[in-house]
Amino acid sequence: MPEIDSGNTAWVLVSAALVLFMVPGLAFFYAGMVRSKNVLGMLMQNFFSLGLVSVLWVLFGFTLAFGNDIGGGLLGAFDFVGLSGLETVPGFTDDLALTIPPTAFVAFQMMFAVITPALITGAIADRMKFAAWVVFLAVWSIVVYAPVAHWVFSPGGWLFQRGALDFAGGTVVHINAGIAALMLILVLGRRRGWPAEAMPPHSLPLTLLGTGILWFGWFGFNAGSALGANGIAGQALLNTHIAAAMAMCAWLVVERIKDGKATTLGGASGAVAGLVAITPCAGFVNTLGALAIGAVAGAVCFLAIQLKYRLRYDDSLDVVAVHLVGGIIGSILLGLFADNSINGATGDGILLGGSADLLVNQFIAVGATLAFSGIVSFILAKVIDMTMGLRVSDDDEAQGLDTTQHAETAYSFGDIRSLGRVA
Amino acid sequence: MKLITAIVKPFKLDDVREALKGMGVEGMTITEVQGFGRQRGVPEVYRGAEYTVNFVPKARVEVLAAAGDADRIVDAIVEAARTGKIGDGKIWVTDVEGVVRIRTGEKGADAL
Repeated sequence: MPEIDSGNTAWVLVSAALVLFMVPGLAFFYAGMVRSKNVLGMLMQNFFSLGLVSVLWVLFGFTLAFGNDIGGGLLGAFDFVGLSGLETVPGFTDDLALTIPPTAFVAFQMMFAVITPALITGAIADRMKFAAWVVFLAVWSIVVYAPVAHWVFSPGGWLFQRGALDFAGGTVVHINAGIAALMLILVLGRRRGWPAEAMPPHSLPLTLLGTGILWFGWFGFNAGSALGANGIAGQALLNTHIAAAMAMCAWLVVERIKDGKATTLGGASGAVAGLVAITPCAGFVNTLGALAIGAVAGAVCFLAIQLKYRLRYDDSLDVVAVHLVGGIIGSILLGLFADNSINGATGDGILLGGSADLLVNQFIAVGATLAFSGIVSFILAKVIDMTMGLRVSDDDEAQGLDTTQHAETAYSFGDIRSLGRVA
Repeated sequence: MKLITAIVKPFKLDDVREALKGMGVEGMTITEVQGFGRQRGVPEVYRGAEYTVNFVPKARVEVLAAAGDADRIVDAIVEAARTGKIGDGKIWVTDVEGVVRIRTGEKGADAL
């Protein structure tokens, strides 16, 4: 068994905390964009993932994702239910040997499992029953997230074995959540009144605050995925920042040209698009590669928002345009920009004179994630819709999720409301 | 007695208050309101989706006055609130049948 390295361990533990902080960051990023009657509904859909998915992760999720491989790379076995008997993480041997305790690895990966389904909530804003979301969240994290994480992140997984690369979750996190979001809203339907009725954000300051927290936490998400405090982590952190910065610039330039103004929501959205796209590439590309990936992500994700108006699906806060499209951009561009001099675990991409093998593998990984997550998420949404129902009633939708789902109000100004008597 | 109701641009509220204080008016009530007149709404763009906000924020000023003072007060508000640009608002005057000061029970002109 390799030596535990205290520096590496410290960095991964800190990174776990950084990724945890992304959950409230994401919650506020989204909550600022909804109307004031749905703020708590949005915050709670995100925040509750920390409760439910964390519990499921230590009980079943971790072992399904990182247990001993069964089915030729399809799934982890039930070796570590409740984490019992976990001494080393299977498959991480030789060059891949972990220099951190397995508990640190479990905790770090747990935060990925928590935030991935939370990404979906931006698409379903303002109209899903909280109880239905809880069921979707629980089942999805076990039957969709854990297998895909196994395929890509576990050394025994079939995509890992093929040589498909995903540094921190372009396929596992962003494409996975993005396609699931699209399938869920196809079953759920549009918000009443969309797109004719104006549904402007209630607080962009909250959205920008959330963006800042996400950006900060993303350093742990990507640089922590080096699983060590080393040169790859340094490059990953730098790439993460540079791609976000470049994508913000690109988004705003295109927005200014197309719509006439550079908006604060555009700045925030551009940064997040860059963070998404660099996620699979962070520890595999050089600085110029990160700039290029950021530029493409900022411009293309902005244009991708128009898809929902053309195809008439109500992806309320643009999870498809930012996470699905951004995740695909990053995962595919890795086949062009991968740099062997940055990370010995990858060959060079096509633009650096490498073969097309990596690019082919990236397409396979993207296609497999789209197909599996898309199909299972659609079936899951259908089953929940036919049994307990996905949507709140029309009256509840009009009144808002805060009072109807949680019996609370986000903002209480003045004293008149507090004059009510307890029944 | 008269009730003078004025819809003015919110940033002109302080000028109106100062002008009325200066001429001895001892009380007013203000409310934040929204509405539209000849002034058009302001377009807003969120991720490429353009909305026009049809109702513009305004301040409503209400002043109770003796019938003889109403014209002077209206003139003072007009002077204080006018910018000359579209959206300056409106003022109207209505008759008031009775007024009571709650603390003392005074009625009519004594309650103004």
